[in-house]
Amino acid sequence: MQRSNTYVILFSLVLTIILGGLLSLASVGLRPAQKKAEEFAKKRQILSAVLDIEQVPDIVSEYNSRISSYIVNANGEKVEQNSPSGEPLKAEDIDIEKEFKKDPGDRLYPVYRFHTEGNPEDIEAYILAMYGKGLWNDIWGYIALATDMNTVAGIVFDHKGETAGLGSRITERAVQERYKGKKIFDESGEIASVSMLKGENNKPTSIDDHNINGLSGATITAKGVNYMMIDYLNCYLPLIENLKKGEIVAVSMLNTKN
Amino acid sequence: MAETLEKEITKKKSEALLSKRRKRFVLDPLNDDNPITIQVLGICSALAVTTQLKPTLVMAMSVTFVMIFSSLFTSLLRNLIPVRVRIIVQLAIIASFVILVNEVLHAYAYDVYKQLSVFVGLIITNCIVMGRLEAFAMGNKPYDSVLDAFGSAMGYSWIIIAVAFFRELLGSGKLFGFEIFSAIGWSSFPTNGLMVTPVGAFIILGLIIWVQRSKSGYVEQH
Repeated sequence: MQRSNTYVILFSLVLTIILGGLLSLASVGLRPAQKKAEEFAKKRQILSAVLDIEQVPDIVSEYNSRISSYIVNANGEKVEQNSPSGEPLKAEDIDIEKEFKKDPGDRLYPVYRFHTEGNPEDIEAYILAMYGKGLWNDIWGYIALATDMNTVAGIVFDHKGETAGLGSRITERAVQERYKGKKIFDESGEIASVSMLKGENNKPTSIDDHNINGLSGATITAKGVNYMMIDYLNCYLPLIENLKKGEIVAVSMLNTKN
Repeated sequence: MAETLEKEITKKKSEALLSKRRKRFVLDPLNDDNPITIQVLGICSALAVTTQLKPTLVMAMSVTFVMIFSSLFTSLLRNLIPVRVRIIVQLAIIASFVILVNEVLHAYAYDVYKQLSVFVGLIITNCIVMGRLEAFAMGNKPYDSVLDAFGSAMGYSWIIIAVAFFRELLGSGKLFGFEIFSAIGWSSFPTNGLMVTPVGAFIILGLIIWVQRSKSGYVEQH
């Protein structure tokens, strides 16, 4: 049956309004639950840089009891600042993706301290955030440095859209384990980072403190990870130098205007 | 006389909820008219999401939900939908359900949501969904359309679950993340990296099609 143009236009209009309305309702209604899920995932990810997350029974309470955090600027100085809502800005609130788009000198960097179980004074590792580009889309991760600020205590990566089964393997435990115990500084004290080589079966002689096996079929993703690590370790370098000298206390700016 | 009257009455009785005709809507797509192995639709997601069973199961459930509800709605609206814009209307209905599924997964199954990433969104373009709307729901009653959608969704689901079963088992030695081979004391099981890549899905899909066609004698028509 041929309908008039008016009918077609009206039908489309009504359908669009109804479907659009229902979807916005669903979106608004589900927003709090989505936010909670995202926060949980973030805490889980930060913890999994230092712990075998499968063995952690309650992630939120483990996080609250063992992680404390602060924010530093590009000079490695502690920053205390208010968020737009007037509350003090927490490291967990920092959107590392937004910061990544800023000039490195203007970014805020979250620092997570991992405390020894049952002793909140004692620090086991510092967990630092990273963000970069993989082959198809963004990649990010957290690197945990032991208190010598040189040895990698653990690492975790995640990605937005790397190829399933190839680049997406950066999220696998087995790949991340390769970083453990590697060193980020070379003998002369320069940042050497830890890099994935091309391919998976490199000669044992080419694997050392700064080089590990890469990902076959995902060399570009591996290169993205390598670049991200060098990039962010250099961004955190002032902080790392400060921490080597001892825990930093300097509060560089107290922004109460916001 | 009395006999014919009775016949007429039984004829007018409504069709059984699962009459022979309706059973075929559900059963045909499982095997003889399977959307993946016979019609070769929806291959893209069948290759992409089947590395592990858990996301595959969620994907299968999502597709089933989207198919059933978009078929139901299209069928309810079938006499109102203007023929000239029917494709875009079908798309709008499918897209709405897909976005709904995506938002719900985002809220309540965040890790699977991230694993499936774009492939939930891509259900919109899954030819099986739109194919059934266009070929069936536009011209049939709601209940029949729901059965038809359910059948096709199950046909899609069992194939991707079967593929995922073998891919996870052979590719990572696990089922639903459970280390199956170390559990039975074969911890040195050589996992096959090929199975983790989309190539592995092609091979398993090919094997399933082979077994299926050698049994049914189905031959592609030229």
